[in-house]
Amino acid sequence: MWNYLARRLVIAIPSLLGISLILFTVLAMAPGDPFSELATNPNVPPEVQAALRAKFGLDDPVLTRYWSWITAMLHGDWGFSFVSRVDVDQLILQRLPTTLFIAGSALLLALAIALPVGVIAASRPYSWFDRIANTFAFVGFSLPTFFTGLVLILVFSVWLGWLPFVFKSDLPYTGVQWYWEMAKQSIMPIAVLALFQAASTTRFVRSAVLDVIRLDYVTTARAKGIGSTAVLLRHVVRTALIPVVTLVALQMPGVFGGAIVTEQIFRVPGIGSLLISSILANDTPVVMAVTFVLSCLVVLSNLIADILYGWLDPRISFS
Amino acid sequence: MAGSIPASPSADAAAPAPAKQRPFSPRREAWRRFRRHRLAFVSLFVLAAIVFGVVFGPWLWPLPINEIDFSAMLASPSLAHPFGTDDLGQDLLARMIYGGRISLAVGLAAMLVSLIVGTIVGAMAGMSRGWFGAALMWLADLFLSLPQLPLLLMIIYLFRDKLKAMFGLELGIFIMIVLVIGGLRWMPVARLVRAQFLSLREKEFVEAARALGASRLRQVVRHILPNALGPVIVAGTIDVAFAIIQESTLSFLGLGFPPDIPTWGRLLFDAKDRLDSAPHFALIPGAAIFLTVLAINFIGDGLRDALDPRRVL
Repeated sequence: MWNYLARRLVIAIPSLLGISLILFTVLAMAPGDPFSELATNPNVPPEVQAALRAKFGLDDPVLTRYWSWITAMLHGDWGFSFVSRVDVDQLILQRLPTTLFIAGSALLLALAIALPVGVIAASRPYSWFDRIANTFAFVGFSLPTFFTGLVLILVFSVWLGWLPFVFKSDLPYTGVQWYWEMAKQSIMPIAVLALFQAASTTRFVRSAVLDVIRLDYVTTARAKGIGSTAVLLRHVVRTALIPVVTLVALQMPGVFGGAIVTEQIFRVPGIGSLLISSILANDTPVVMAVTFVLSCLVVLSNLIADILYGWLDPRISFS
Repeated sequence: MAGSIPASPSADAAAPAPAKQRPFSPRREAWRRFRRHRLAFVSLFVLAAIVFGVVFGPWLWPLPINEIDFSAMLASPSLAHPFGTDDLGQDLLARMIYGGRISLAVGLAAMLVSLIVGTIVGAMAGMSRGWFGAALMWLADLFLSLPQLPLLLMIIYLFRDKLKAMFGLELGIFIMIVLVIGGLRWMPVARLVRAQFLSLREKEFVEAARALGASRLRQVVRHILPNALGPVIVAGTIDVAFAIIQESTLSFLGLGFPPDIPTWGRLLFDAKDRLDSAPHFALIPGAAIFLTVLAINFIGDGLRDALDPRRVL
C-alpha cells in the first residue's frame, strides 16, 4: 500500500512541475512588467529602477528565473500583495477554507443527488424516470452557474425574502444561531454549484452503471435468486462506481471554476473572489499564487482519486 | 477475400451514386436516426430561429444598440421595447441581437480552433508508434488537469493590453478569447481522434492504401480522417456550447469584452445589481444563453445517435 502511494506521489510530481512550467511560461511571455508601475512613477530615478531589477533578478536568463520562482513557491514565499499590503500566503490561507467548504459541500451534495438518480435511471433504461432524469441533466449542464445563481437570488432573496444573498464570514451570532445563519447563507452558493455538477455526474453514473449491468456476472447473480435491489447495490454499483471516481476527479477543474463564479455572485470571501478582485486591481503576485494554488488542488484531487481507485479496484495491485 | 473480383462494385458506385436512386445512403440514414431523437430535432428549429434572429435581426429591428434614453431607464417590456430597456434606457432587444452575434461567433470560432488543434495533435499521436505519441498524450492529460477558468482569467489579464494595441479593441479581445477558449479545449478532441486513429490505422483499407504506396499524409487525410470524423463532429458541437458558456462567464465576471459591447454575459453582469427593480434585464439574456446552449447540447446528443453506426436505433 505504501509502495503504491509513493509511486502515485512520484507520478504526481512531473505533472505539478509541468503545470508550474505552463504557468511560468504564460507569465514570462506576458507583455506586462511587474515594475511597470515603478517605471511610470516619476519619483523613482532610473538607476534605482535598474538596481531593483537586478536585485529581484528580472534580467536573469529564463531558466534561472524559473528556478528561483519555483523554489520560492515551494518555500511558501509567495510574495507580497501590491494592493492589500500583506503576504500572499497569509491572504490565501485566510480565504482558502471558505472556498474548500463551499466547493466540498457542493461536491458532496452533487454526489448525493447524482448517485441515486443515475443508478435508478440506469436500472430502468428508457423508462419515464430515465427520460426525465436525462432531460433534467441536459437542462442542468446547459444552465450556466451565473444564471442559476441570479435566478435563485431573484426567487429566494428578492421575491420571497427567505435567504440572504450576501455571504458574511463574520456572523455576529454564537451557538445554534450561528449554524442556522451559516446554513441559510451557504445554501444558495452550494446549491448553484451542486446542481451544475450533479447534472453531468448523473450522466456519468448512468452510463457507468449501464456498462456494468449487462455483464454476465450480474445475470449470474440474478439467476442465483438474489433480489434485484441487492444485485444492484452489492454487485452492480460497487463495480460501476470505480470509473466514476476518476471522472469526478477530472471534473475538479470545473468545480473550482464554478466556485469562482458562485463566489463572485454571492460575494463569498473565498480565493475565487480574491482572484477576480486581484485581476481587476492588477495585483500580479496574488493572481499567480491563486492560480497556482488552484492547480495544486486539482493535482491533489487527482492524486486522491488515484489512491481511492487503487483501494476500490481489487484488480490494481499495490506491490 | 476480395482478390478475385475484378472491379469492386463500390468503387464506381460510391462516389456518383445520388441519394434519390438508392434508398440507402449514409447521410440519409444519419438524418433518419437524428430525427428519431425528438428533442434534438426540435432543438434544430430552436437554434435555427435563434441564428436567424441574430443574423437578420438588425434589419428587422433597426433600433441602435447605444441610444441612451434616460426617460425609459430599466423599463419593463412594452411595445416600444419588446425586451425592455437597460439601466441607461438602451433598447434590450437590439443589444441582445448584437450580443448574440458575438456569442455565436465566439462559439463557432473557438470550436474551430479546438477542433483543428485537437485533430492535428490527436492525428500525430495516433500515427506515431513511439514515445512521441505517449508524450503528446501526457501533455493532453496535463492540460486536462489545469484549472481552466483561473488560467483563462490569468491569460486574459496578462495579454489583454498587448492584443488591444495590436488588433484594436474589439478584434483584439475577440481573437484572444477565441484562441484561449479554443486552445484550452483541444484535449478531449485529441484523445478522441487518437483513439479512432489507433484502431483505424490497422484496418485493411488503410493497409491497402499503404500497399499501393500512399504517402503517410495521404493515408491520414484521405483514408483515416474521414472515417474518424463522426465523434469529432459530436465533440465539436458540444464545444460550441461550452465556448458560449465560457465567453459568457468571462463577460459576466467583467473580464470579457469591454463594457460598450453588449454580449449576453455582459448584459447579465450589468443586470446583476438591479435584480430587484428590473428582473427582466437579467432573465432575458440568461434565458437566451440557456436556450442556445441547451439546443446545441441536444443537437450534439442527436448527432451522437445519428453518427455512431454501432448504436442500434
